[in-house]
Amino acid sequence: MEVLNTFFVAPFLDMGSDLIFLTEVIIGGMMAGIMYSLVALGFVLIYKASGVFNYAQGAMVLFAALTLVGLMERHVPLVLAIILTMGVMIGLAFLIERYMLRKLVNQAQIILFMAAIGLNFVFEGAGQIAWGSNVKKLDVGIPDKSFEFGGILLNSFDLFAACTAAILVAILALFFQKTPTGRALRAVADDHQAALAVGIPLNTIWVIVWSVAGFVALVAGIMWGGKAGVQFSLVLIALKALPVLILGGFESVPGAIIGGLLIGIFEKISEVYWGPAFGGAIEGWFAYMAALIFLMFRPQGLFGEKIIERV
Amino acid sequence: MTQERQFGNTILNVENVSLSFGGVKALDSVSFDVLEGEVRAIIGPNGAGKSSMLNCINGFYKPTECTIAFKGESHHQMETHQAASMGIARTFQNIALFKGMTTLDNVMTGRNLKMKKNFLWQSLYFGPAVKEELEHREAAERVIDFLEIESIRKTVVGRLPYGLQKRVELARALAAEPEMLLLDEPMAGMNHEEKEDMCRYILDVNEQFSTTIVLIEHDMSVVMDISDRVVVLDYGEKIADGTPDEVRANQRVVDAYLGVKHD
Amino acid sequence: MFYREAGQFKSSYQADQAIFPIIQDRWFMAIVFVVAYLVIPLIADEYWFQAVLIPFYVFAIAAIGLNILTGYCGQVSLGSGAFMAVGAYATFKLVTGFPELNIIIAFLLSGLFAAAVGMIFGLPSLRIKGFYLAVATLAAQFFILWVFNKVAWFFNYNPSGFITAPPREVFGFLVSGPEAAPVTRYYVSLIFLTIFAFAAKNMARGHLGRAWMAIRDMDVAAEIIGIRPLHTKLLAFGISSFFCGVAGALYIFVWLGSAETEAFDLLNVSFPVLFMIIIGGLGSVLGSILGAGFITILPIFLTNAPPMVGIAISADFAKHLEEIIFGVMIIFFLIVEPAGFNRLWQIAKEKIRKWPFPY
Repeated sequence: MEVLNTFFVAPFLDMGSDLIFLTEVIIGGMMAGIMYSLVALGFVLIYKASGVFNYAQGAMVLFAALTLVGLMERHVPLVLAIILTMGVMIGLAFLIERYMLRKLVNQAQIILFMAAIGLNFVFEGAGQIAWGSNVKKLDVGIPDKSFEFGGILLNSFDLFAACTAAILVAILALFFQKTPTGRALRAVADDHQAALAVGIPLNTIWVIVWSVAGFVALVAGIMWGGKAGVQFSLVLIALKALPVLILGGFESVPGAIIGGLLIGIFEKISEVYWGPAFGGAIEGWFAYMAALIFLMFRPQGLFGEKIIERV
Repeated sequence: MTQERQFGNTILNVENVSLSFGGVKALDSVSFDVLEGEVRAIIGPNGAGKSSMLNCINGFYKPTECTIAFKGESHHQMETHQAASMGIARTFQNIALFKGMTTLDNVMTGRNLKMKKNFLWQSLYFGPAVKEELEHREAAERVIDFLEIESIRKTVVGRLPYGLQKRVELARALAAEPEMLLLDEPMAGMNHEEKEDMCRYILDVNEQFSTTIVLIEHDMSVVMDISDRVVVLDYGEKIADGTPDEVRANQRVVDAYLGVKHD
Repeated sequence: MFYREAGQFKSSYQADQAIFPIIQDRWFMAIVFVVAYLVIPLIADEYWFQAVLIPFYVFAIAAIGLNILTGYCGQVSLGSGAFMAVGAYATFKLVTGFPELNIIIAFLLSGLFAAAVGMIFGLPSLRIKGFYLAVATLAAQFFILWVFNKVAWFFNYNPSGFITAPPREVFGFLVSGPEAAPVTRYYVSLIFLTIFAFAAKNMARGHLGRAWMAIRDMDVAAEIIGIRPLHTKLLAFGISSFFCGVAGALYIFVWLGSAETEAFDLLNVSFPVLFMIIIGGLGSVLGSILGAGFITILPIFLTNAPPMVGIAISADFAKHLEEIIFGVMIIFFLIVEPAGFNRLWQIAKEKIRKWPFPY
């Protein structure tokens, strides 16, 4: 009975007793969730266009943030530093396409996944060799203050991050739905060979997608780094994005965003209300377990269509 | 050629099979029967529900309502491996071979259901496990001889040409020693010689092992030549059933294939 | 010239089904055995045993285990570290709880525990496929390690959180604990590897292996010819985890001596083991062993190479440089030969067969 109480009754009573606090917890979860969404978005773009399960996305976030901080430490003004970093990410996308993707065309997905893990090592090592491995502060001039709105405590930096993410997603959605490049990209995502057959330049598309993913990584890096400092643990948010992906689906942009928010909220709530019952430090696995249980009941994920198997 | 052939009892009886995907009706109360030892063809235009019918018979699709009786045992819904263990084997329209395995392994896999020794014996590869393996190897080799694919025994099937892959698939189905064999377009994409070979194998199987055969085929000359009775489906409904000659004379069948003139 | 199978006629199916049907292969294997069992123990020093050979063999067992699941049955798992941890912690509880229990028995029992846990986490494989399953196995990885870290009972309330191998004897030889001789521990890991490799090979070439490969290549068709997917996949998870569990037990008790859960985490164990089977060759026992050798030796080589050629670099820089080179080599290798060492080995045999003619 005691166990039932601590796990199934008490947490809900706690939630009910202080609704303002619950709202704050949920908002806090959404803020973290936006970050997961951003990383997951990078994953989804790359997976759709090049079939690579890009484990290195987290390392790309670290690499972008490190590059930006490194440039700013050398007194490069913020805007120029962002542009230069973006240039570096595009250059990397070019190198990756030229020396990795092009040579691994038509390989099994697991091979591509392994290559992405290899890339992860390269990014981690290169970022830290070039810019050092100590924790760095990233100040992009956004105020980090708390204020009250309707009795709820909010943080200006978080709000700014949320707005940036929302704008970014809107731009990406427009880019993919309305531009010719976006259409070409969707064609590539659907069927590589058919896209090639109608004359879509696969290699260019790959460079573009990896660049966009690099840009998303940079934004995630600025947001996350501005909040918690730029450090090695940034790569670990890649691990947070994985349950988001299986929840939302590897190929679904809305899935990545809604999934990220859900995982963020869920993780925060479980941490605050159930954490003590488990003895703490549950955020490492709780999201995975939740996503796994969800998938058991709905294998197609949040937005997937029911699969009809044909033979 | 089929005039004097004698058939046994009803081996398969399909009654009122209905199946729908979302709102689309793939099959609408289709009924027919198959006699022991006959070659039964299912024909119809594209999208008529032929493959879905086979999928229902071996339990891969679960029809919304139906009675499917195999050897007198009636099943509303069954699992695919149950169908396999009851003696139904099949081949597929788009070849469904195990691409990373050799021909021999594919054929041996067809006999997997008959192999019982558990993994502990197998891990030792000793005594009963070896004996079992060798017995089944012999049986598999008989099928390989029968279909004349000895030379590609140790070739990985993913590298074989299309016609041979079709033959390996038939071998895998035969290795299970089925009582009823479902063939989904066994001759699709073959040239004339390959088709003739395939027809010969099908008839040989039917004669030598007295295996009942249900096949889907688009090549009408083949269907009319080798089948004893034909079911015709159109838009999920049965529109004709009878001997090849009867079916050929049926006005609805002609309409379904050639289209009806609307005045 | 030397490597010819012409003239070697097989007159029974038994001879044709042998693991090494060609006589030259049998000779080659005999030489490998003599080297591994007799020559190496005579010439290797403690550094070689401890830094290279023992981890090589231990990881080879884990790699064979993962290859059963991923290479043969097609279920990608990122949770091998956790299943190894189950084996290690189970052994720890068994040998400390029952001091008179033979440690070899304890290893095998722990393997069974790992198999049970593996099968539980294999249950989702019926509904979840491909990379979705791979990510789902991360749930096992993180959850299991969290439990071992959190529940003090598992490490006997040791304040440091470490589990330590107690001294245990088998037939009068000390096989675990700080006093155990490296050569004894070498033999223990080698014997385990030999037995497990043959067991895996035998399962893989029997009907069980065919069922696994059928599920891997086309699960729908496999189901239709009568292979039960859940049964087959769970057996793969179970056997694979058994291998991993025993490897995990050896990892702590025969190699490291003491460790905490960090020793089993994603970057230390799960990914490297996956690398081993990819680089070695999916669906190949020999490949698993070769891959394990490569991935174990590469970092040691990278660490030792710069000082050897006289370049002095700081430890931090060296570590990151090592990461980069490791990553680049992985990508390079995947580009050059995605089918792994096993395929290279086949090509080499093909070349020797035709030697001295090019084709």
